[in-house]
Amino acid sequence: MSGAIRSTRRQQTVNAWIFLAVPLVLFVVFLLVPIVIALTLSFTDYAVIGDFDWVGIDNYARMFEDPIFWIALRNTAYYTALYVPLGLVVALATAMLLNRSTRTARIFRTLFYIPVVSSTVATAAIWFWLLNPQYGLLNVTLGWFGINGPAWLYDSQWAMIAIVIMSVWAGFGANMIIFLAALQGVPTELVEAARLDGAGAWRVLWYVTLPAISRSTFLILTLLLIAAFQVFDQAYVLTKGGPGNSTLTLVYYIYDRGFGRLEMGYASALSFVLFLIILVFSIGNARATGRSTTR
Amino acid sequence: MTTVRIAAPAVRARRAVVKAIWLAAVILVSISTVMPLLWTLATSLKPEGDIVSDYLQLIPSNPTLENYRALFVDGPFGRYLLNSFVIAFGGTITNLFFGGLAGYALAKLHFRGRNFVFGLFLGSMMIPAIVTMIPTFLVLRYFPFAGGNDLLGQGGSGFLNSYAAVLIPFAAGPFAVFFMRQFFGSLPDELGDAARIDGASEFRIFLQVYLPLAKAGLAVLGILTFQAGWNSFLWPLIVLNNPEMLTVQVGLSGYVNEYQTAYGALMAGTIIASLPVLIVFIFSQRYIVQSFAESGTK
Repeated sequence: MSGAIRSTRRQQTVNAWIFLAVPLVLFVVFLLVPIVIALTLSFTDYAVIGDFDWVGIDNYARMFEDPIFWIALRNTAYYTALYVPLGLVVALATAMLLNRSTRTARIFRTLFYIPVVSSTVATAAIWFWLLNPQYGLLNVTLGWFGINGPAWLYDSQWAMIAIVIMSVWAGFGANMIIFLAALQGVPTELVEAARLDGAGAWRVLWYVTLPAISRSTFLILTLLLIAAFQVFDQAYVLTKGGPGNSTLTLVYYIYDRGFGRLEMGYASALSFVLFLIILVFSIGNARATGRSTTR
Repeated sequence: MTTVRIAAPAVRARRAVVKAIWLAAVILVSISTVMPLLWTLATSLKPEGDIVSDYLQLIPSNPTLENYRALFVDGPFGRYLLNSFVIAFGGTITNLFFGGLAGYALAKLHFRGRNFVFGLFLGSMMIPAIVTMIPTFLVLRYFPFAGGNDLLGQGGSGFLNSYAAVLIPFAAGPFAVFFMRQFFGSLPDELGDAARIDGASEFRIFLQVYLPLAKAGLAVLGILTFQAGWNSFLWPLIVLNNPEMLTVQVGLSGYVNEYQTAYGALMAGTIIASLPVLIVFIFSQRYIVQSFAESGTK
């Protein structure tokens, strides 16, 4: 019997590596090897054309004295601080609104998801029109309530906020579906029992629903954080980082240095700093989620 | 378990109010999500001259298909659609299959190094795409024996300007592995143990025991993967330069740059670029709802 178990174990090991083979090979060729290349580049002054030299940590030291880097870092932090909580709350709230198996709920589920089907290029085109200070639907609507809407993309105070609103609008439907799948798994007996015990809606949400869907919340929070730190497309298509660098994000700055000015050594160093920031936040998130689920 | 409820008139009235508030809330959200696209649709059907002068009109006074004709007859949008479809559909198939297999191995098989491999995939998701962009381009460009290259990757153009340049690097993304691992992890181990005692092979257990139970997860992953492939922008822009190989998004971005001259065509292109993913979603959503219903009656 113990021999049989051993042979099953060995078989499982062999099978596992066969099952993992394709993703692992792709991981090595298109991730591990490129990272080593990129890390090497970050210690050089590689600029596509001509020879390049080893420059040690010069690229990393340069960041501390680069005012544009700090502007990009601050803008990215500002975007993340607004986008992540807003994206999470909107996705969860809409999922809870639609967490019922009626025909009506199913129709609205499709309607809520509609912005997600648009690409960033399409969304940017639509919102460029929506955010138009004079002809845009947003300021026209605000005008009905007597609010004089700002110039949005042309105002350095409002441009980033406009991009946050657009990003939440464009993205919440996808996370709503992950939340919906999780909410379907919350045992209804548990919710009903809590209700019978006199728990209000907020207490049921806090003590029953949220702990039951914590795995999905961790997944979505991780996805939102990673996406937020890498925000690029919207700023690139809508504002080109302006006005007055107010929407210049880290990835935009890396893109500009690497592909615009071909300073690929410095761009690689910048991208590793961004990687480090994302890593720290993701680990922090995993730690915090781990603590709250073992409570 | 059955619960006996006695509904008093006051309770019923309260329920009606709750229902009305719910309806108002979902309608309001729907207006915010649907209205911009209806406006886009309306703009795409207006002749160039009416676009700014009748900007608020949801029903065009002089509807025309001229903007769409410009895309497909004068422009190469048909070819763009084909390219995007091959890339998005191919990527979905490979990610569902390989992501499912790998996710299953990480969730249900016991072997040394499991946590390490999972950590690798999880960690790789946190690596910003921009870090690997330039080196990945170089790997594809100098790939041995691809696209006329010799053993040292010289002489040809590698995988550049072929579907493979987009399909191969993203054929089994870490997100698919992570997602399916999380999904399989929530299914009971006992099902596989029972089949193993009956002598079923591991691939059969995966295919016939666990995969059917993962339909909801596969559908969600399938939607997300198709959508990501269809909407991907920066990578196709870099590796597909040949006009014949452009995707819908890259093609559409060309119209954004000249939005002042061809706004109607841009809006028509936006509609065309959005339609396939919407159709996939409506199709798969039924499937998701159905599998939820099945799991509810088990």
